[in-house]
Amino acid sequence: MRRVVVTGSGVVSSLGVGRERFLQGLREGRSGIGPIQMIPTEGLSTNFAAEARDFIGEEHFSRSDISLFDRVTQMALVAAAEAMAQSGLELSDERKLRAATVIGTSMGGQHTQDDNYRLVYGEGKTRVHPFIVPRLMANAPASQISIKYGLKGPAWSVSTACASSNHAIGQAFHLIRSGGADMAATGGAESGLTYGVLKAWEGLRVMARDACRPFSRNRSGMVQGEGAAVLILEELESAKARGAEILAEILGFGMTSDASDIVQPSLDGAARAIRAALEDARLSPEAIRHVNAHGTATQANDRTECAALRAALGPAAEALSVTSTKSMHGHCIGGAGALEAVATIMALREGIIAPTINYEEPDPECDLDIVTNCAREAKISAALSNSFAFGGLNAVLALRRWEGS
Amino acid sequence: MTETADSVFAEVRRIIAQQAMMDPGQITPDSTPDGLGLDSLALVEIVFAIEESFDISVPYNANDPNASDFDISTVGAAAQAVRRLLAEKES
Repeated sequence: MRRVVVTGSGVVSSLGVGRERFLQGLREGRSGIGPIQMIPTEGLSTNFAAEARDFIGEEHFSRSDISLFDRVTQMALVAAAEAMAQSGLELSDERKLRAATVIGTSMGGQHTQDDNYRLVYGEGKTRVHPFIVPRLMANAPASQISIKYGLKGPAWSVSTACASSNHAIGQAFHLIRSGGADMAATGGAESGLTYGVLKAWEGLRVMARDACRPFSRNRSGMVQGEGAAVLILEELESAKARGAEILAEILGFGMTSDASDIVQPSLDGAARAIRAALEDARLSPEAIRHVNAHGTATQANDRTECAALRAALGPAAEALSVTSTKSMHGHCIGGAGALEAVATIMALREGIIAPTINYEEPDPECDLDIVTNCAREAKISAALSNSFAFGGLNAVLALRRWEGS
Repeated sequence: MTETADSVFAEVRRIIAQQAMMDPGQITPDSTPDGLGLDSLALVEIVFAIEESFDISVPYNANDPNASDFDISTVGAAAQAVRRLLAEKES
């Protein structure tokens, strides 16, 4: 069977622009969450989020580019540029035909939508900019990456709320493994820190009161974030043949639907996705020693996720180190799984597990080995990265440290 | 004024009855959300409807309803919490 490896990664996040700034923030246990500064917060009940404040589109793109790129697309393109550069890929015209682009986003160009709704409904404008549609459509990040690098094979966007990125990466992985493409730019992006989107989340009443505290008994909910991460996946032999540096191997992907409730998570659905990822990876539960958890810091998610890990892994769950990096980079919704895959690859490559910060009190219903507050060193050979979306859609990736073969 | 006769209780009961798809007459001050078959999403909608109807802001976190300042453990408790919020708004 063809094997699939990661040869590049790029990140835009509230911890900084660029993979190294993101990883350094994770190692230090630094919070990217703070008072919202990029939009007026008057009228919002939540006034903090994980804004990627260092990301200024004008520093990366011309005015004519920006007229076509919503902030979500800008972030995706900057992450893709870093990932492509790290991979060192220079694709021939022939290889471009076998190159895929699969990018997740939950809500697409929300800044474009919010700004223009305000113009037409709020200010009574009768005319909008001609490029609103190509700017706000959910496939804009995927299409613009494909255009930029001439990736002419299969390309599509994936929208499964908080699991969009994991579904995108998992599908790109399966596509390459099955021979439908030889490489892929994949991952996800979200930039929904607009008045309208924050108002919508406020309505659901699951936003944190103070900080994002996954698995901590005194947690009070989620904190919204924005960001993008892109991975370059390649078929192993072609990556080796060109002498690429291999960052990690993707071993398996499992996806399931709860088929039960539109917002409440299900233990069964999550556990089945974890088992499916292990089966796809041909790994035993004992082989998994680390999980980058979905860990949203809602009561419902955290308890269900811990129970699902126990149900799926059995006694092997005792040896797991579990972390939720959302405590630092916020919940980047459609971009979350991609950012978390980059964190998981750090754990595999560097042996540094990013912490779950803001952790204050153990919760008896989340009694796994949570990596609290400070990064931990550990040699990890295989890990999972979980994403469980609203709508009951679950997507779990299994990754392995690259050890030369 | 008895609990069941006042207008705040009547309105809270109307809102909850609509969400529970029941006749308001079947709902008493002691009725609980569980007993009425209301899940967490229904409670969030009820809180929203209460805010709209009374023009108040209700402190309610769906993550941990027990830790919220708004007691919705029974219909009577919810009506009492609304009265308190209305009084705070006027003061």
